[in-house]
Amino acid sequence: MPHESPRGLQMEHTPRKWRSATSEPLWAKASLLIAALAYLSLIIILPLVSVMVEAFRNGAGEYLAALKEPDALAAIRLTLLVAAIAVPLNLVFGLAASWAIAKFEFKGKAFLITLIDLPFSVSPVISGLVYVLLFGAQSALGPWLKNHGIEILFAVPGIVLATIFVTFPFVARELIPLMQEQGTAEEEAAITLGANGWQTFTRVTLPNIKWGLLYGVLLCNARAMGEFGAVSVVSGHIRGLTTTMPLHVEILYNEYNLAAAFAVASLLALLALLTLVVRTVLEIWFSHGIAGNNKH
Amino acid sequence: MYNQPLTERIGFRRHSVIPGFGLSFGVTIAWLTLIILIPLAALVLHSASIGFSGYASLLADERTQNALGVSFGCALIAAIVNVLFGLPVAWVLVRYRFPGKRIVDAIVDLPFALPTAVAGISLAALYAKNGWVGQIFNWFGVKVAFTPAGIIVALIFIGLPFVVRTVQPVIEEIDKEVEEAAATLGANRFQTIARVIVPSLLPAILTGFALAFARAAGEYGSVIFIAGNIPYVSEIAPLLIIIRLEEFNYAGATAIATVMLAVSFLMLFVINLIQAWTRRYTNAA
Repeated sequence: MPHESPRGLQMEHTPRKWRSATSEPLWAKASLLIAALAYLSLIIILPLVSVMVEAFRNGAGEYLAALKEPDALAAIRLTLLVAAIAVPLNLVFGLAASWAIAKFEFKGKAFLITLIDLPFSVSPVISGLVYVLLFGAQSALGPWLKNHGIEILFAVPGIVLATIFVTFPFVARELIPLMQEQGTAEEEAAITLGANGWQTFTRVTLPNIKWGLLYGVLLCNARAMGEFGAVSVVSGHIRGLTTTMPLHVEILYNEYNLAAAFAVASLLALLALLTLVVRTVLEIWFSHGIAGNNKH
Repeated sequence: MYNQPLTERIGFRRHSVIPGFGLSFGVTIAWLTLIILIPLAALVLHSASIGFSGYASLLADERTQNALGVSFGCALIAAIVNVLFGLPVAWVLVRYRFPGKRIVDAIVDLPFALPTAVAGISLAALYAKNGWVGQIFNWFGVKVAFTPAGIIVALIFIGLPFVVRTVQPVIEEIDKEVEEAAATLGANRFQTIARVIVPSLLPAILTGFALAFARAAGEYGSVIFIAGNIPYVSEIAPLLIIIRLEEFNYAGATAIATVMLAVSFLMLFVINLIQAWTRRYTNAA
């Protein structure tokens, strides 16, 4: 492509016009940057701003009143309870799975990782549906559960199970690439020096992964508190009893009580923002501590 | 390979001095079976009991076909939009320096972290006839909220990070020398981008597209508030599953779920193929 050469010569005579051959012209850079920022503002920032504005549309008094309302408080309590059960269980699972997968070589590892990732590719509604098919009145287990007075569907246990299903891969997904990257040399050294398994884990592995672990737990928690589709299928929507915060938002919205719906929604939006802030801060402080895996 | 001298292969796993394989592997398999495999098996068993002819009649239902069409059609359009706009966003985030870059980078993850119901009511308010964005469309006589266009808007929001976060690390790894070589050989900047950079990003773009599509096809929370949920027009498949469940029509719900699961497993398979192909391709080079 010979047409480049005259411009090349020209550039040598006028060095101020020189630019790197591996970057775009300034006008292209500027328009690309403006287009990208405008797109992100429209798609992501505007909805976030809108939640806050709508929440305070009728003033701070009504905002607080919407949050202090008994059903809202019950929803907040239930959401905290569900997260308090689901997140620690998935934390233990995530640590076990990443220890087995990252520190050992065995057959079928890739398949195991695919199975762990499965909830990411299943629609939340289907995540709820599988528990309805398993525990519902029409299922094989249904009559037995009813005779023994065990309530799973349309009660708190169902909500917890659906939440665990949906948040299942979060901690493991964050830890596996991080622990694989760190290898096994430090653990082997600790064992060789006489540490037992628990000492190796708590004194060698855990300090290495703590920030990745923290971020995984935060993401898991954000999703656990915000899950809507799966919980909606199994909850039964009994107001004040089986409605989590996202379900309470839906009920208020469908009653055209928009300010209250957005007030509860703003709490969830703040939780999401907090998660992102902590992530960014952790990344700035410990740029090596968090794996770049973002497959959520 | 740090662990080479300490390990040798016995049975299905390589021997290692590190303890705890039995415990951690056992906990992993037990929890996986309890939470994921048994419930999914319930779905598979239920769908097997419907039988082939049962499926044929359930899927012949026009409302079911329309709902699946709306979900997959809107997901496809949204994933294409996300590729077209996600690519420049990823490029700007890797290659350009500007104030507030870290904040912009972090905000891309918001759709991952923001509960879908919150996104749903917020987008519905924004794109309604009297909303901030809806007003502008309304001048041109275009309705967005409570039409299929509204569904696409919600799915674009949900899918954006998948494309950006898949393409971004690959752009970071592009060897500047390749671009320099192209420039030295006389390519102008746009030729370099079109013929050197974009082809090397293609596997990542396809993976991001597949991830965004798979997520969008199954999305529920952010869509139902803005869709209007008119049967045959703007009713998505996950909503129809819930409607069938409320009618105690478990076979109908299972049939829709099975089709959706089949498509998402197909997408998973395609993603794995792309990644295997990329590995072979980059190792050979």
